[in-house]
Amino acid sequence: MKNSAAMLLLSLVPMLTQQAAVAGPEDDREAFVEYFQSRFPDVAFAEFANGIYAIDEDARGQWLDIEEFPPYEFAVEQGETLWQEALPDGARLADCFGQSTGDIRPAYPRFDAGRGEVVTLAVAINDCRQTQKLPVWPYDSEELISITAYLAYAARGKPVVTQIHADEPGALAAYEEGKRFYYSKRGQLNFACSDCHVTSVGLHVRADRLSPSLGHTTHFPVYRSKLGTVISLHQRFSGCVRDVRAKPFALQSEEFRNLEYFLSYMSNGLEFNGPGARK
Amino acid sequence: MHGKNLKFFMPLCDFRRLAAGIAAMSVLALAAAHATTDDGIAAGKSLAMERSKGNCLACHSIEDGELPGTIGPPLVAMKLRFPERAALKQQICDATVRNVDSRMPPFCRHGILTEDEVELIVDYLYTL
Ligand code: HEC
Ligand code: HEC
Repeated sequence: MKNSAAMLLLSLVPMLTQQAAVAGPEDDREAFVEYFQSRFPDVAFAEFANGIYAIDEDARGQWLDIEEFPPYEFAVEQGETLWQEALPDGARLADCFGQSTGDIRPAYPRFDAGRGEVVTLAVAINDCRQTQKLPVWPYDSEELISITAYLAYAARGKPVVTQIHADEPGALAAYEEGKRFYYSKRGQLNFACSDCHVTSVGLHVRADRLSPSLGHTTHFPVYRSKLGTVISLHQRFSGCVRDVRAKPFALQSEEFRNLEYFLSYMSNGLEFNGPGARK
Repeated sequence: MHGKNLKFFMPLCDFRRLAAGIAAMSVLALAAAHATTDDGIAAGKSLAMERSKGNCLACHSIEDGELPGTIGPPLVAMKLRFPERAALKQQICDATVRNVDSRMPPFCRHGILTEDEVELIVDYLYTL
């Protein structure tokens, strides 16, 4: 009962991995995009920002209904309030960023050469709190997530432009770490992220249909109707890691920040469209 | 089959019968490794279906199973496709032997199922 599509997939993935191991990020990205476009030739590149809705008509219909009254609107409004709020010394969160509101989300994740690590938007917001002598927010807190919802909303329509500068070897190393994480088998169930979101894309795990990884980072944070709340990208990573019964990683751990860096780079050229809504 | 099960377990309140029951059960357990029994097949089926055990339905469609996944091939005509019991057992115990990149969890190697549990699942699969 082996069908030829499955065979093709099984043979393609090692090829993709091998090729990626020797070539630079840009070659990786082109191969990544090409793979998903050849799997779904009728789906336009820009559509991959919509996750499962790019490839599943039924889910798409339900989603369009949901979007009539966006369930993440409350988070966006709460985020805007927190963003505008004057802090004890009269400053605002916005003062840390020196960019127009819509340009902040696209500036992350970025490699900070001074610190020698990937800085994500959530980390940058907490850094700002620290410079203003305020306690940091837990990474699963409503406050932090709603601010990222607001900044995602403000950036809608801007392209993903993740940078890896050739003169910063640390940036390439962080990207390579993220890539290794993505393709490594882990957990009692022995799955790599790519086993589900590349090799098995579009197939079902029980009733769930697997979304393409291309575009995975564009729409976060995401309102989950199952949970009735808005979650961050790292909470989603954490859920998938738990599902394969693997060792957990902290939200905003170095592993997850590098993973985000890799996946964001893969999504370069797509548009930001967060916050999203998912089941 | 369920009726037979009931008859077998009901009289256990009587001590003498309890002892006899335990003896019968261990014979049954021994037998499972060698010969297929109806109880073994039923046990194999639930091991295959349970989410915390085989959860084979996550990836394979199986007769009677609702909302099957589509990552692996449907589990049908198993005797025809796996005439050798050892090969079928190995596919379940460690699918990476046959295919290093397999997306099927190595059930025995990673301690998700014991070899005895896999034997029961194999008994069940041969009825498909
Ligand atoms: C056993 C299968 C499986 C594995 C392995 C897996 N995932 Fe998932 N993942 C899912 C399912 C099912 C969903 C929900 C449906 C969907 O959107 O794909 C999901 C959803 C996601 C989403 C949200 C997509 C969206 O548009 O909202 C992200 C991001 C994600 N996974 C990343 C990862 C990463 C990173 C890894 C590896 C650490 C990983 N997944 C491993 C099954 C898996
Ligand atoms: C997460 C996915 C997944 C789960 C769970 C899973 N399998 Fe598989 N299975 C596969 C894939 C993929 C294949 C295709 C061959 C390969 O890659 O090893 C496969 C192949 C097989 C085959 C060989 C079929 C053939 O025609 O070659 C058998 C038999 C099998 N699985 C039985 C089981 C049993 C029994 C269970 C549960 C105890 C199970 N599988 C759980 C993914 C899975």
